[in-house]
Amino acid sequence: MAHAATQDHHDDHHEAPKSFFRRWFMSTNHKDIGTLYLIFALLMFFIGGSMAMLIRAELFEPGLQLVQPYFFNELTTMHALVMIFGAIMPAFVGLGNWMIPLMVGAPDMALPRMNNMSFWLLPFAFTILLSSFFLPGGAPAGGWTMYPPLSIQGGDSIAFLIFFVHVSGISSIMGAINIIATILNMRAPGMDLLKMPIFVWTWLITAFLLIAVMPVLAGAVTMLLTDKYFGTSFFNAAGGGDPVLFQHVFWFFGHPEVYIMILPAFGIISEIIPTFSRKPLFGYKAMVYATASIAFLSFIVWAHHMFAVGLPLGAELFFMYATMLIAVPTGVKVFNWVTTMWKGSLTFETPMLFAVAFVILFTIGGFSGIMLALVPADFQYQDTYFVVAHFHYVLVTGAAFSIMAAVYYWLPKWSGNMYSERWGKIHFWLSVISVNVLFFPQHFLGLAGMPRRVPDYNVAFADFNMISSIGGFVFGATQLIFVGVIIHCVFFAKKKATDRVWEGSKGLEWTVPSPAPHHTFSVPPVIDDSQLAHGDVGH
Amino acid sequence: MAQQGAYYVPHHSVWPIVGSVGLFTTMFGAAHWLNDAGSFGRPMFFIGLAIVIFTLFGWFNSVIRESIKGSYNSQVDVSFRMGMMWFIFSEVMFFGAFFGALFYTRMFSVPWLGGEGHGLFTHHYLWDQYAAAWPTNGPGDVGGSFSTVSPWGLPLLNTLILLTSSVTITIAHHALRAGRRKQLLVFQALTVLLGATFLYFQAHEYMEAYEHLNLTLQSGVYGSTFFMLTGFHGLHVTLGTIMLIVIWFRCAKGHFNKENHFGFEAVAWYWHFVDVVWLCLFLFVYIM
Repeated sequence: MAHAATQDHHDDHHEAPKSFFRRWFMSTNHKDIGTLYLIFALLMFFIGGSMAMLIRAELFEPGLQLVQPYFFNELTTMHALVMIFGAIMPAFVGLGNWMIPLMVGAPDMALPRMNNMSFWLLPFAFTILLSSFFLPGGAPAGGWTMYPPLSIQGGDSIAFLIFFVHVSGISSIMGAINIIATILNMRAPGMDLLKMPIFVWTWLITAFLLIAVMPVLAGAVTMLLTDKYFGTSFFNAAGGGDPVLFQHVFWFFGHPEVYIMILPAFGIISEIIPTFSRKPLFGYKAMVYATASIAFLSFIVWAHHMFAVGLPLGAELFFMYATMLIAVPTGVKVFNWVTTMWKGSLTFETPMLFAVAFVILFTIGGFSGIMLALVPADFQYQDTYFVVAHFHYVLVTGAAFSIMAAVYYWLPKWSGNMYSERWGKIHFWLSVISVNVLFFPQHFLGLAGMPRRVPDYNVAFADFNMISSIGGFVFGATQLIFVGVIIHCVFFAKKKATDRVWEGSKGLEWTVPSPAPHHTFSVPPVIDDSQLAHGDVGH
Repeated sequence: MAQQGAYYVPHHSVWPIVGSVGLFTTMFGAAHWLNDAGSFGRPMFFIGLAIVIFTLFGWFNSVIRESIKGSYNSQVDVSFRMGMMWFIFSEVMFFGAFFGALFYTRMFSVPWLGGEGHGLFTHHYLWDQYAAAWPTNGPGDVGGSFSTVSPWGLPLLNTLILLTSSVTITIAHHALRAGRRKQLLVFQALTVLLGATFLYFQAHEYMEAYEHLNLTLQSGVYGSTFFMLTGFHGLHVTLGTIMLIVIWFRCAKGHFNKENHFGFEAVAWYWHFVDVVWLCLFLFVYIM
């Protein structure tokens, strides 16, 4: 299939432009822009990570030793914002940029210039956000959720946070529109919707979620802005408003946002497990429908973040049951991954190791999520380290592990070189052990009653905090290996990758040479159903 | 689905990075300006705005040139259509946040402040004299007492104006498709005129509210929802009117033909969207 894959069309840009500025600042190439996104996400991962290291250092022992309490609050707030909007989301957009056109047989994204703007808004958005550290009064410290009245009683920084949200929101919406247009309009003939790779499906649904909820967040923070600077009363009870209104609007964005950060991860895992099991994905259509169901449910569960604010009983019951319902499509996914591996001829290269770890550890995060969904139990867990443990299992061993798996899986295709399997495995084993040392004890801390977002704590929590911090330092340091493996692979590795890279890999992206040429699929490829990763789903 | 044959990928462009710099300058300036009126933020904001406008000119200029040159095939056309549709959907969700705030306030927060519901202490401890009502500026009488704009004066007139403008733009579209150039220009000009009239009346209504009714942005939650909803709508009408004017000039210059006039259609979609938002405003903000 796809014999004409790399045959270039007659125009004036066969290869990457020579000029550095033209290539990287004026790009219309999905691969270059994808690379920019991924490098940016890695940089933000380390900036957010260094904040986490400071947090864990302060919590190493009870008492105040390293930082002032207010600065500690700035750290927890900024750590979340940087990791969510700077690391996880841009990494997924970067992977989508690189892989979606290759997977559906398109020459590029549907709107390549807008694609470039989507990326370039991000470094500027983070300049606005990170510059607030240098303001009088410091960075935002009221938590990444920006709940009023606290958030608008702080210093100048809230305006910077709000405009950061606006700029990065514009970036996300443009990126999402581009991805939807690419998937719906640029597929090669024969690449029907129900033949698309699951990663493409999950991104299609994620992009819909992004367009639906990023404007809602923009609306919420605009109300914060006018409440603080222009005298409106949206969140002021004296004027007839309600601070809880902000929480509703915020979490109407916030819960779909959670799935924006995990659905592409589901897609990645659904690509990797079949490759290293040498079997088609089990239950392809069920996977698609499960993803769509999760996306639908994400719009009607937001108030489970607010069980303790005093909702009417009927609302608590509705949001509790709706939330528990999500376990059904998520369970479908987990069982399908397990069933894909069942009786497969498995090998455990680094991407597969991360994928298997994802399935197990994400499920732990899912289980603690079900515990949190129970209203009476949540009254105990609310704002404790149990919540911190829960969402870090979902976002670190979930989203971040899937991104690492994806990088190992596709890096040979991007760079043309094989990464060091030995160092990849070292990175994996150190990561998977340290991340559990880091986050598992936090369940116990939370159940014992340790509140989140505090720089000091009761001495009763000392042991588990120290264990958690040690795990944190090892996990942080281990990520330097990740960077080393990537740099070595791209610039120094001797071992060349084949076009197919993995023995069991199927799908259009493996039919182009490694490294993928600057332009691919200038002429639509021919689709051969039997060569698709999930097999021939028509039968 | 992709058509047979080659795809089209546009060449490099400097506008995305210029636009990003412009937006950054605007926002960074605005943040400094808000916190300190005398700071460099204010000039920075306006410089940023100028860069953004410059970008819009430059970017649209190159797209229009490429379109006239015939670079775009039907697949690109579909991508543009999808882009515009999903952009309008994102705008719908943006307005949704503010309508949601309005409904929440009226359905929940104001009745709760008035003592409805069980186990709610705000009313009991802070404002046991407050009786829930709409419109309201809350138990604190924030902004002082005010009266509201009657829906049956200017708002009704404005509703008729916008509805008529939807008709005129549709007639202009039919004229474009039938190749009746004169009718196209006349009805497109009429649409612009109706949009501008709407804005004039809206400005008049705002001045009336501020000067005679004591209804301001600070008038509690009624003032907040009233001015934020109608204000964002007015901003969209302003942008829509500017877009209509640009499209009029493009019609006059003969940029469009019977088959190929996506620029016109995109602006028409936008205009209809603004129209529908107004109908919701008229119903939920003015009448109910």
